Amino acid sequence: MNRRVSRGVAEGVTVVVAAVVAFPLYWMVLTALKPEAEVISADPRPWTLAPTFDSFVRALTVQSFGRYLLNSVVVAVAVVLLSLLISFLAAAALTRFRFRGRTTLLIMLLVVQMVPVEALTIPLFFLMQSVRDVAPVFGLNHLGSLVLVHLAFSLPFAIWMLRGFVAAVPVELEEAATLDGASRFRFLWQVLFPLVAPGLVATSVLSFIHAWNDFLFAKTFIISAAENQTLPLALQVFVKPDQNDWGAIMAGSTLMTIPVLVFFVLVQRRLVAGLAGAVKS
Amino acid sequence: MMPTRRGDGRIAFAYLAPALLVLAGLLGYPIYQLVLISLFDYGQEQVSGGAPLTFLGLGNYAELLSQDRFWAVLGQTVGFAAVCVAGTLLVGAALAVLATRVRTWARMTLFLAALGAWATPAVAGSTIWLFLFDANFGFVNEVLGTTGFSWTYDRWVAFGLVAAQVVWCSFPFVMVTLYAGIKSIPGEVLEAAALDGASTAKTATSVILPLLRPLLIVVTIQSVIWDFKVFTQVYIMTGGGGIAGRNLVLNVYAYQQAFAASEYGLGASIGVVMTVLLLAVTVGYLRALRRSGEVL
Repeated sequence: MNRRVSRGVAEGVTVVVAAVVAFPLYWMVLTALKPEAEVISADPRPWTLAPTFDSFVRALTVQSFGRYLLNSVVVAVAVVLLSLLISFLAAAALTRFRFRGRTTLLIMLLVVQMVPVEALTIPLFFLMQSVRDVAPVFGLNHLGSLVLVHLAFSLPFAIWMLRGFVAAVPVELEEAATLDGASRFRFLWQVLFPLVAPGLVATSVLSFIHAWNDFLFAKTFIISAAENQTLPLALQVFVKPDQNDWGAIMAGSTLMTIPVLVFFVLVQRRLVAGLAGAVKS
Repeated sequence: MMPTRRGDGRIAFAYLAPALLVLAGLLGYPIYQLVLISLFDYGQEQVSGGAPLTFLGLGNYAELLSQDRFWAVLGQTVGFAAVCVAGTLLVGAALAVLATRVRTWARMTLFLAALGAWATPAVAGSTIWLFLFDANFGFVNEVLGTTGFSWTYDRWVAFGLVAAQVVWCSFPFVMVTLYAGIKSIPGEVLEAAALDGASTAKTATSVILPLLRPLLIVVTIQSVIWDFKVFTQVYIMTGGGGIAGRNLVLNVYAYQQAFAASEYGLGASIGVVMTVLLLAVTVGYLRALRRSGEVL
């Protein structure tokens, strides 16, 4: 009996905590759905009786969030695809081949993950300035510059993580494929690539989230080309003291959060399993 | 490992080339450049070619260390990070333990809410919190009956608000990791402790805690690394470092020195200082990983 009571109390506390943790997200969606007058009311209520999509329409049309949303998608998808290709090749090289300098490379991959990339804004700003003179699309004020830096930032972890997945595929499989006359190249793309798909999904999601959430580099690189801003930057631009269209801002935040939330739910099992695995060993 | 074949090295290099190219060009070279810029007087005139470059050696660092502001910002950064780390660990650990005491439905509710906080992009999260704590239209002031109170004006209140936001979005990582760690402790170990007559408190402190130690070290150091370089939350919630820069942390300070004051050399030297400090923490991190069984 005593046990059941204490469990009941624990469950009550859990539900209250969950409600508090989820409240900011609830408030975001609620504000996005409230009519404008209710948003800037002096006594805000935690519900609305007249939900409307007006704020979403305003965000997408008046403040052209649609454009910025598209920019963010372009950057994130480009980063994911390039990082997928490059990290898969590198992971295959690091696990399936024996060559000099392999261990050094692995250690460098680990160390490089620890570099605070925020400190690199200054040199990267000047690098992108020079790139602009050679290949404008990859230089300052263009989405290409964001693709390049986020690709570089996501590679070390992606290679590191994929290495484990590639290593888990038995070597006998490659020997069998070779005996059947498959070239190394065919084995790589037709056998190995599909087999490490779960790893590819997990690393892709992480690369996507990094590129999607980035504020600092978008702010540093996209200085005078409003049409090339990404969503985080656009959202910040509209936060002005005393004259905020909070409804539209919350609608924009909602649009920005939903894709990440969906991806998180998709990979959460892998996240937890990966962490627990690291502990058990 | 495959048996070595002829031409292996060349193929491996071909596979690695794209990755090496990107990493060398966009990580290696900028790191070298960061150090180089920090050794020069590099301002707007030098960038535009109006003035010659002057090599200062460690001049920027000397100037930095003689600034009262730098030491104040460094102190604030350390204090802010310490509060965030402590808050994140306390909340995360307490909820991880709570999660082991409840039935699945309650645990799933908590994890789902935490997943939402975890997934929210920093920019969106900061904006939501700003609105919740808005002086006039915010729900928090409405509930507390303090309409008109500004949560971002006073230095320490503003820091507290940012820290609370950081804890909100980073405790889920600690909670999920520690929960998985507790669950991976074999049942027999706990049963043996119970058979030996150990109380719940005794089991917690002398059985569970030592087993979780490596994991606790990893989440602590990971949190230190994250919270020491918070940029987005501080920048957005305090409007770029607060009134007269009183809410600056190192990362934002470096950014403002470089891109607002055009003191690129000085900004780069702050970046180097930050990197060195984090590197020291990282060495500890690698050691902890080693001890917890991660193999190269």
